[in-house]
Amino acid sequence: MTKTIDARGLSCPQPVLMFLEAVKSPKDTRFEVLVDTEASKENVSRAAESQNCRVTDIRETGDEYHLTIVKQ
Amino acid sequence: MTKNFLATRTGIIAVGAAIGILAPLLQKLGNPGNMGICVACFERDISGALGFHRAAVVQYLRPEIIGFVLGSLAAALAFKDFRPRTGSAPFVRFVLGVFAMIGALVFLGCPWRALLRLAGGDLNAILGLAGLVFGIWLGTLFLKNGYNLGRTQKTHTAAGLLMPVVMLGFLLLMLLFPQVEGEPQSGILFYSVKGPGAMHAPLLISLIAGLVIGVLAQRSRFCTMGAFRDLLLFRQMHLLTGVITLLVVAGIANFVLGQFKMGFENQPVAHTLHLWNFAGMALAGLAFALAGGCPGRQLFMAGEGDGDAAIFVFGMIVGAGFAHNFGLASSPAGVGPHGIAAVIVGFIVCLAIGMSMRKQ
Repeated sequence: MTKTIDARGLSCPQPVLMFLEAVKSPKDTRFEVLVDTEASKENVSRAAESQNCRVTDIRETGDEYHLTIVKQ
Repeated sequence: MTKNFLATRTGIIAVGAAIGILAPLLQKLGNPGNMGICVACFERDISGALGFHRAAVVQYLRPEIIGFVLGSLAAALAFKDFRPRTGSAPFVRFVLGVFAMIGALVFLGCPWRALLRLAGGDLNAILGLAGLVFGIWLGTLFLKNGYNLGRTQKTHTAAGLLMPVVMLGFLLLMLLFPQVEGEPQSGILFYSVKGPGAMHAPLLISLIAGLVIGVLAQRSRFCTMGAFRDLLLFRQMHLLTGVITLLVVAGIANFVLGQFKMGFENQPVAHTLHLWNFAGMALAGLAFALAGGCPGRQLFMAGEGDGDAAIFVFGMIVGAGFAHNFGLASSPAGVGPHGIAAVIVGFIVCLAIGMSMRKQ
């Protein structure tokens, strides 16, 4: 199942905390994370890699980043 | 998509090393002892230069701080990372800035200076760093329990540029009213004739060093608070590798430059009251954790358009006014007459903020 995490407007560590909370759930295997700073994009990507996940896609739309993260 | 090299592990190590070399060099060129760079001390000096407090020995409009903000702005613009934003509980951030400064001035330094003090052999810094980690750990407990100051809103480009413009204004004031040898005042600006405020590297060198660090830190997100927070919260070492590199490289640089002197006693701009070195920095660490960045990081975020970070910075500058006007700041003679009371009040306020401001 895909879970969407809207972390726009939140600064670190909130986006990472939200992602780590979501990744605990066994039923979700795919995550769409929305952030609006490059720092959050990097932090969430780094956290994903540490959780055996892979960032499969990063789309930039306007001032936002949409990260697609898949559990390995 | 271009990869941001400075955000990699090698990058953050390079940034830590650069700061570790530049800070001892700035000290060699005139900045105070173990204070090549200290964001809290330098903002306190700026507060004094503007006359917000009148402690005669700590008044100088430090160009490093101006450089940090403008360097960060330049990097953010060049790499399309400028994001004008504001509106996440600004007044809370102001209050956190006030108490962050008070805590830092009870210890006598920001986290950067705590590292630089240790790198210069000042063992009192160990107590400060332990306090910093304790304060940040307290902050992580609140973060785990849902502490959150809410989302920012996108704002006008001009609003995001306001902090860099204020810094340019400060630079302009320095050029209009330059320091006059032996004079405590030049036009509207105050200058220290003696004490740490009288010790500084040449203006242009300070400014350039600030700009270079501003660029590097904006790209790498270098943050001393984040380093310990990420370790405690996520078991992640990324930022910490940069912090450790800063400590080691600055230690080596101090050794080479003949600035290393190990011990507790007679260290420059420091006192030996272990409890208050610990407690002051613990208060500061808690305030940094609740505000989401160490004083340096707040300057870099302010440069990339974060209006809330700018509010935190001005909270610190006003906090320096409180600290010196009310006798809260320490000196080499020990803590100020009301420093202990202020640390207690600060803890009550910051703990209340942490407990009461959770996500709805």
